[in-house]
Amino acid sequence: MNLPFFNGKPLSRARREERIFYLFVTPWLIGLVFFWGGPILAALGLSFTDWSGVNFSDIKLIGFDNYHKMFADDLFWQSVTNTVFYAVGSVFLGTIFALFLAVLLNQNIPGIAFFRSVFYLPSVTAGVAIALVWTWILNPVVGLLNFGLGLIGIDGPGWLQSPQWVLPALIIMSLFRIGPNMIILLAGLQDIPQSLYEAAEIDGAARWAKFRNITLPMLSPALFFVLVVSTVGSFQIFVEIRIMTEGGPGTSSFVLVWYLWQQAFVYLRMGYASAVAFILFIVVMILVGIQFWIGSRLVYYES
Amino acid sequence: MTSINRELKKQNTAKYRDSRFGSITGRKKVNVVVALAILIPLAILFLLPFFWMVSTALKTRPQIFVFPPRFIPDPIMWGNFDAAWNDFLPFNTFLFNSVKITMNNVIGNLVSCTLAAYAFARLQARGKRIVFGTVVALLVMPQEVLIIPQYILFTQLGWNNTHLPLMIPAWFGWAFFIFLLRQFFMGIPQELVDAALIDGAGHFRILLFIFIPLSKPALATVAIFSFIGNWNNFLGPLIYLRSEKLHTLPLGMQAFQGQFGNTDWQYMMAIATISLIPVLVIFFFGQKLFVQGIALSGVKR
Repeated sequence: MNLPFFNGKPLSRARREERIFYLFVTPWLIGLVFFWGGPILAALGLSFTDWSGVNFSDIKLIGFDNYHKMFADDLFWQSVTNTVFYAVGSVFLGTIFALFLAVLLNQNIPGIAFFRSVFYLPSVTAGVAIALVWTWILNPVVGLLNFGLGLIGIDGPGWLQSPQWVLPALIIMSLFRIGPNMIILLAGLQDIPQSLYEAAEIDGAARWAKFRNITLPMLSPALFFVLVVSTVGSFQIFVEIRIMTEGGPGTSSFVLVWYLWQQAFVYLRMGYASAVAFILFIVVMILVGIQFWIGSRLVYYES
Repeated sequence: MTSINRELKKQNTAKYRDSRFGSITGRKKVNVVVALAILIPLAILFLLPFFWMVSTALKTRPQIFVFPPRFIPDPIMWGNFDAAWNDFLPFNTFLFNSVKITMNNVIGNLVSCTLAAYAFARLQARGKRIVFGTVVALLVMPQEVLIIPQYILFTQLGWNNTHLPLMIPAWFGWAFFIFLLRQFFMGIPQELVDAALIDGAGHFRILLFIFIPLSKPALATVAIFSFIGNWNNFLGPLIYLRSEKLHTLPLGMQAFQGQFGNTDWQYMMAIATISLIPVLVIFFFGQKLFVQGIALSGVKR
């Protein structure tokens, strides 16, 4: 047997490099096993059990019962619908809004750093603080939003207290947190060579034609990234629900993570909640997969 | 080293001159005016919640419920800040806890992610693709999936109701930061590494004396991201911290939310304003690096 470490010869450079590689990624690998990757497998395993999460002796293996129960639960399906509604609304409107701001900021605006900071500010503010301020702004009687709408003659809805308006209210709120997306898109715009536009202008291209044929394809990698990240993010909405609505009024703002949270930490059904978590994981992975699949056809990568 | 910087600077000035050149034409000027006409109202709209937060923090209780709403409080209750901080909950303790956890996590993230990023950017090894694949996979993972297994793990370890579940994982890497740093490290010329290797330097020394000094913007970006994420973290403390003496600022802020509609809005907003200050300071001082870092995360994929 040829033991590489004990054959008397010094290790080859490649071998030494390999050892250093694994030395450097050891923290990541440990984290992967215990904190990030391992828990996903654990969640899958737990989803086939009935367990309160306290004593290991109480674990009962129940096969697919949790999944059957979940798919038969109206509240679960409402949480799914609400999450998808919120995700579609906030990702779609948020990306358009972020692109709109980025295009405006890309015009050699004086004070660009100021605007960039202002639009970024809500994204670095604590979610709790934002949620608390907005609860107050969205108050139907004394809130700032309905006061503003009143000034232009609109009788504002009940927002967080209205089953129809609670999700739109949360979507509107999410539009204030497009800072990172705006900056990614702005950087993408600034990377587009000016010469492409000049060539198009010589050919007499109209403004929309330039946007559609130069800006969008050149920006597509950045747009793609923004779409993927904000989709994943929108499925994770929790702080707003916890602080502002607690899933209400009634169940009209129950979203997946809130449903999961309730099952796990209010009813202590760790097995059932793990099944919910695993479905959340699968749904997000499928969505990301679809985006990558579409992306591989539409996204234009230089070189 | 300096020659790289000089080269970069030259490119930047060229870019800058190019863009200036474009703005001389008349049509561009119209564009700027139109853009400003849209951007200024939007900026005011974005600042309004913050203005409202500070304004509410300075009001007397009856004034909060006045309709139409008052933008400038009269009288201005500066004392609300003192009262909110000192009269209800031990906010000095909460501040200390927030600072402790945040600092630990920023340092932990920097150390663990720098090591892994260097390995992924510069070292060859069998299985590297697989290991890096796990980083990429975790980039798009919804963290909520991990809540329950992590909760069970930390409870079994006896870490429940301590700061440990919020502080230990930071030392074991974070996919997004590893990815970001790797992107930056890949841009550092291989010749520098080869030259150092010929001079007999090990990889640890190369990382320490070549990569880290050259990567200050990327490291600062990671530090800022990590600071903001941990400072604002709500879900983690909500799950693990039951004893009041362990609470952090976001938990303390939420505690003013009354049970029966008698929330002390002025105090809550005062705490929200105070807790925003460190983020603002870091954001404005690190703005340029921050913007570069975010751009780096998105475009060069």
